[in-house]
Amino acid sequence: MHKVLLVLVVIVGVFLWAEPALAQEAAAGAAAEGMHINLSQTITVIVYLMILGYLGYLGYRRSKTAEDYLLAGRNVHPYVMALSYGATFISTSAIVGFGGVAGMVGMSLLWLTFLNIFVGIFIAFVFLGGPTRRMGHHLGAHTFPELLGKRYNSRFIQVFAGVIIFLLMPVYAGAVLLGGVKFLSVSFGMSLNQGILLLSVIIALYVVAGGLRGVMYTDAFQGSVMFVGMVVLLVFAYVKAGGFISAHKALAALQNSPAGGGLVGYAAMPTFGSKWWWIVISSMVLGVGIGVLAQPQLAVRFMTVRSKKELNRACAIGGLFILSMTGGAFTVGALSNVYFQKTAGKVAFDYVNGNIGTIIPTFIDQAMPKWFGLLFLLALLAAAMSTLSSQFHVMGTSIGRDVYERGIRRKVASDRLTRLITQAGVALAIVFTVVLTWQYAKNPKEPIIASATSIFFALCASTFLPTFLLGLFWRRMNRAAAISSMLAGFLMTAFWLTFMQVKPASALRICGWLFEKKSLVAKMPWPVVDAIILALPLSFIVAFVVALVTKPMSKEHLDNCYSTVSG
Amino acid sequence: MLGLGFGVGLVYLLCILSALLCIFYGLVNWNRGDEPVKTEDIEWVEDEEKAEEVL
Repeated sequence: MHKVLLVLVVIVGVFLWAEPALAQEAAAGAAAEGMHINLSQTITVIVYLMILGYLGYLGYRRSKTAEDYLLAGRNVHPYVMALSYGATFISTSAIVGFGGVAGMVGMSLLWLTFLNIFVGIFIAFVFLGGPTRRMGHHLGAHTFPELLGKRYNSRFIQVFAGVIIFLLMPVYAGAVLLGGVKFLSVSFGMSLNQGILLLSVIIALYVVAGGLRGVMYTDAFQGSVMFVGMVVLLVFAYVKAGGFISAHKALAALQNSPAGGGLVGYAAMPTFGSKWWWIVISSMVLGVGIGVLAQPQLAVRFMTVRSKKELNRACAIGGLFILSMTGGAFTVGALSNVYFQKTAGKVAFDYVNGNIGTIIPTFIDQAMPKWFGLLFLLALLAAAMSTLSSQFHVMGTSIGRDVYERGIRRKVASDRLTRLITQAGVALAIVFTVVLTWQYAKNPKEPIIASATSIFFALCASTFLPTFLLGLFWRRMNRAAAISSMLAGFLMTAFWLTFMQVKPASALRICGWLFEKKSLVAKMPWPVVDAIILALPLSFIVAFVVALVTKPMSKEHLDNCYSTVSG
Repeated sequence: MLGLGFGVGLVYLLCILSALLCIFYGLVNWNRGDEPVKTEDIEWVEDEEKAEEVL
């Protein structure tokens, strides 16, 4: 209990220090324009929470020991398995952040949905899930850095990966948190500061009180609500826009606002090679679409399934789920332009005064019945909780297990210290995430949720993907190649974000401080090309070249890694 | 295509086709891939539970 209080005190302290006006806002908050929930909505919330509580109890009661867990796997319906994956991976970032971007740029963002399904589900579940699980179990690895470290028999790799994840995952976690806050601010009329404070306190309670790993049944229930909610939302969006083909035609007739930069309508691709083409394709689509393969929490999730059979079954349901969730959110985001044009004479971007992250929440708030908006909000917040709790779990184990135990700890250190460092790491990660979210919220007119998510996914891909993929399938891949590839990918990405890509370089301010320029390159399209376009190929090339010119790892070690990794 | 521009219409269909591919693969392999529980699997889960306790 004292841990909960400690984290809460730190969060509130950070806010009061950072934003003195918050205290006044909080005092006036309840009387603000929102916060008007009627009886039926209150009942909806209570029933929802009761179902969650019952399912959480059911999941807790059903698996108490390791053997129970494995045997229970036989009885877990694949629907539950797949939906729990979905609720963990699809969060407010995808729906609110990227859905809002679709509201601005249009349906070209569906290329990301295609990669989400084909790469993030089909390739990941069919080709990567089984080998990751088998190698992880065989080597006794429990974290993504540990899997890499044991595959390459390298303490440096495990510690380096742990540090990167611990320090940089808050960039993504902050985006997920801000997505939830945007929804709260629209639905309940809260200020962003109040929303951040409320959500971060709830998350602190959820995480520190023991909810680090989402219980499968509750995740599946929340996934189901999101799935049904998104299908209903999609149908409503089409109906309100005049029907399937008519909606598309109405959308195609509208002009983007703000115009220019290669945007030529909501139902068309941006002009090839233009500023927005590069942002959509390189940052949003490739960065996130490919980066998903090297997400630490995804790899860990593969290790927790009982057999390949569960992955096969989850593939079917996961494909449908992602189609509905991201495809639905991006389509609804784009179609909201037709709705706002009809009802207010403005496209979505103008209607929300450029606050892109509020496009989806505003559409739900205005076009849908209030009870639906409330239910959808609850499911969305729950999804954010699932994603955030798995992120904080990964950050905590990165600092405790990967950095401290593997990198610093010697035999004299106690388990108690490991526990303390892990818990302190989780608390620090939560506070860091909250501070970042607060910083993000200062730029409401930037697509910051999608951008921050893209940066983290692209960084993971460039740093870890060649080492992870080649480590699973290529015996020749060795320690020197893995270290070289990771360093090349990470340094190239860091260089590009700091000095070349104009938006992150401007935000980091190092380029401006050193060279008094926003970016070292002015010639288009380089200032808008994402780091992944250069860093990922470089990382792969370095891995291949170094592996081929250096000695393979010992046969004994490779046999130990691969003896069960086949098929 | 579907009232959309070519690139967007194409990806609209690709999204649906890729989801159908996932569904087809999952249904065809619904009962395949079952694996016996090994000692290393049980040890892995036990170790995972210990790690959870740390948190």
